[in-house]
Amino acid sequence: MNYDLIIIGAGPAGLTAAVYARRRELKVLIIAKSVGGQMALAHEVENWPGTQSISGFELANNLKTQAETWGAEFVSAEVLQIEKTAAEFVIKTDGAQYSSEAVILGFGLTPKDLGVPGEKELIGKGVSYCATCDGPFFRNKKVAVVGDGNSALEAVEYLAKLATQVYLIIKAKEFRGESILVKTIKGLSNVEVVCCYTATEISGTTKVEALQLAHIESADKRELVVDGVFVEIGQAPKTGWLKGLVDLNERGEIIADKLTQTSVEGIFAAGDCTDVGFKQMVIAAGEGAKAALSAYKYIAAKAGKVAMPDWGGKK
Amino acid sequence: MSEVIFNDANFEAEVLKADLPVLVDFFATWCGPCRMQGPIVAELAAEVTGQAKVGKLDVDQAPAAAQKYGVMSIPTIIIFKGGEAKATLVGLQTKEVLKAELAKLA
Repeated sequence: MNYDLIIIGAGPAGLTAAVYARRRELKVLIIAKSVGGQMALAHEVENWPGTQSISGFELANNLKTQAETWGAEFVSAEVLQIEKTAAEFVIKTDGAQYSSEAVILGFGLTPKDLGVPGEKELIGKGVSYCATCDGPFFRNKKVAVVGDGNSALEAVEYLAKLATQVYLIIKAKEFRGESILVKTIKGLSNVEVVCCYTATEISGTTKVEALQLAHIESADKRELVVDGVFVEIGQAPKTGWLKGLVDLNERGEIIADKLTQTSVEGIFAAGDCTDVGFKQMVIAAGEGAKAALSAYKYIAAKAGKVAMPDWGGKK
Repeated sequence: MSEVIFNDANFEAEVLKADLPVLVDFFATWCGPCRMQGPIVAELAAEVTGQAKVGKLDVDQAPAAAQKYGVMSIPTIIIFKGGEAKATLVGLQTKEVLKAELAKLA
């Protein structure tokens, strides 16, 4: 047994869980792709209780420092598999494996991809998922933004300052969103809103050359000659690898009860990767605390120290 | 070894003419995911002392190198050996992935 508890993810849920678990003297390992996740990308956080305003990056680092100070260990890796054996959980990354008595899943959301031909091949060659990161590489070029939400509109507003031409591809018949943003974008001469189309292919050999579109109702097709395609179609929990292990809902979110218990005894889940009602940092942190306390109770019960929690008809 | 700061002026000497494999983290100060990549690369630098040179390159300070290697998305990490780009990794990378890529060139 390497650890009492392994936490997957280092956003507000995972880091708070680590602090709570260490305060109960569990041996804790956090395995995460990065520290902070979406939280670290927030420019300004104004709804973290007790703090008027703080950058998401600073808040993430504060939480990490707190977890480290309490003695949590960190590994920078992506978990590929969790195996439940009779005695423990075996957590596998690309090059290593770790074992623990309990697991907390708290890895948040990941940007969704389009899933069209050419997309994967051209990542970093014109396909981007971060307008603020990669926009400056498309100065005086033509770009397309795919997506119906506010993040797509924000990307368009930003990219219009750099690119000569920006196309916004939306599925909806009407162009909607935050009214101020819509008004701003409608007033930009270098933006064309392409309604009722979906992206079907990104073409190009060594870099992006064009975006292929199909009309949502008719057989009409369109080709936009662009140097960049910015995908802004929202976020989803990356849970495909958990199928068959824990129960997921139709959106791919991990189903967790109010004590953060999943369908598998000993696996708990917290924050945005679950079916929790609101995707908010302070809620994720609270759920992380609950998950740590639930995990502590579970581990103590296994060791015969307290009564076993009732898992009802669960696996 | 602590991480090296690469730029257009030292790129040839420090990266292309280096004996060891060189991992270059192309980043910018205005890129959120790059700030998350930074500490991972810094930790890696300390762990691979003697086996590889690890450092970062601010694309605003060294536009020529970024352009030459076709960097259009950041963070991008390129691992060089013998003056050639041997591996290009786009987007945030874990330390485990970076170590495995360096091990391939050892």
